[in-house]
Amino acid sequence: MRLIIPLAITFTAGMIMILNFFVPHQPFRFLGENLQEWYLIVASGAIFLGAMNLMHVHFRKIKLKLKNWKYSPVTIIGFLVMLVLGLIYGVTEGRPFNYLFMNMVAPMGATMFSLLAFFVASAAFRAFRASNWRATLLLTSAFLVMLGQVPIGAMIWDKIPLIKVWLMSIPNTAGQRAVMIGAAMGVVSTSLRMIFGVERSWLGGTD
Amino acid sequence: MNWEILGIWLGALVTLCLYSFLYRDNPFYKFAEHLFVGMSAGYWVIYQIENVLIPNWWQSMVPSEGGFNWIWIIPGIFVLFMLARMVPKIAGLSRLSLGMIIGSGAGLNMVSFFQTNAMAQVKGTIFSVASGSVWSIFSSLVLVVGVVSGLIYFFFSKAHTGVVGKAANVGITILMVAFGASFGYTIMARLSLLIGRCQFMLEDWLPTIPRLLGIGG
Repeated sequence: MRLIIPLAITFTAGMIMILNFFVPHQPFRFLGENLQEWYLIVASGAIFLGAMNLMHVHFRKIKLKLKNWKYSPVTIIGFLVMLVLGLIYGVTEGRPFNYLFMNMVAPMGATMFSLLAFFVASAAFRAFRASNWRATLLLTSAFLVMLGQVPIGAMIWDKIPLIKVWLMSIPNTAGQRAVMIGAAMGVVSTSLRMIFGVERSWLGGTD
Repeated sequence: MNWEILGIWLGALVTLCLYSFLYRDNPFYKFAEHLFVGMSAGYWVIYQIENVLIPNWWQSMVPSEGGFNWIWIIPGIFVLFMLARMVPKIAGLSRLSLGMIIGSGAGLNMVSFFQTNAMAQVKGTIFSVASGSVWSIFSSLVLVVGVVSGLIYFFFSKAHTGVVGKAANVGITILMVAFGASFGYTIMARLSLLIGRCQFMLEDWLPTIPRLLGIGG
């Protein structure tokens, strides 16, 4: 029963979604549309679970005085401040929640991602050795796209921006399409395996 | 208190703390990193409440025109089951919620991915075959050959030998160019964020220092 009920729910929910697509009439339409809303609501529970787990991990770190435990109160306070301000004052413009988001969360997010520029560049410098002609091709393609994106590229040779546009719109599109079509096939087969209960690893088992 | 200047200083301080990691891992970076994790988690919880739970669940269960739709209690119970994961004795209940999410997610993604990522891309490739200049014919040829050979490269049910092997070789070549182009584009996107932060520090934050010290204009 421990496995059968969750598998039955998975099968029913999956089939309702598929039938809603292929037979867009009642009762499947009503069931499918409602299930889509329910899916959003229940999936939001995963965010709450993640936040609760984050708090659990940091309280445990403080309690057991694990490595870097002194920073855990910063995470807890940051979380509680955003939560309380959002719940009490709302999220509209000019409210404390929005103020902290605009002045702290957004700058920290942008800075974190911009830090990656340094690390990706340094990793590329070490990894992109032109060891064979395909690696050289990858390196040249990346270099031309980067050069075509900045004014100095056009100053070196006015055709470089055009080469960049061609690289992005033809070989890049071809490669991305191949990946997307392959991934879509993978999604279809994995979804079917999940709906029919062949794939059960999400239940915590090994098969 | 000037809230605008305080906001700029808060942004500048966390930016400097995070950039200090470029020297090496240090307490300032760790402080900002932990703060970012906590505040982001808080932001996403409120985001879900404001954008999913209130409009999709609460307003459907308790509509503004009155009444109570009892059927909407069910997703609420599923959310509670999901949170039961934190209580070891009843953690098994979360499997019911997980089953619901996985089933509807799989059913929804199966049809939408097949439509947008498979059929639409195949259609786009077929209709990309152009006529006109030699260059546009060459480009569309590269596109079609690239997609087909790329797919052959990802087809592992047949050994990559003979004609299949040659086509797979063309595929990996196209994929290398594509990955290189994507990589270059990603680096430039990160660099534009870096430029944005530098502009903020130089144009927004730096001018506030003489103002605070009461010197200059």
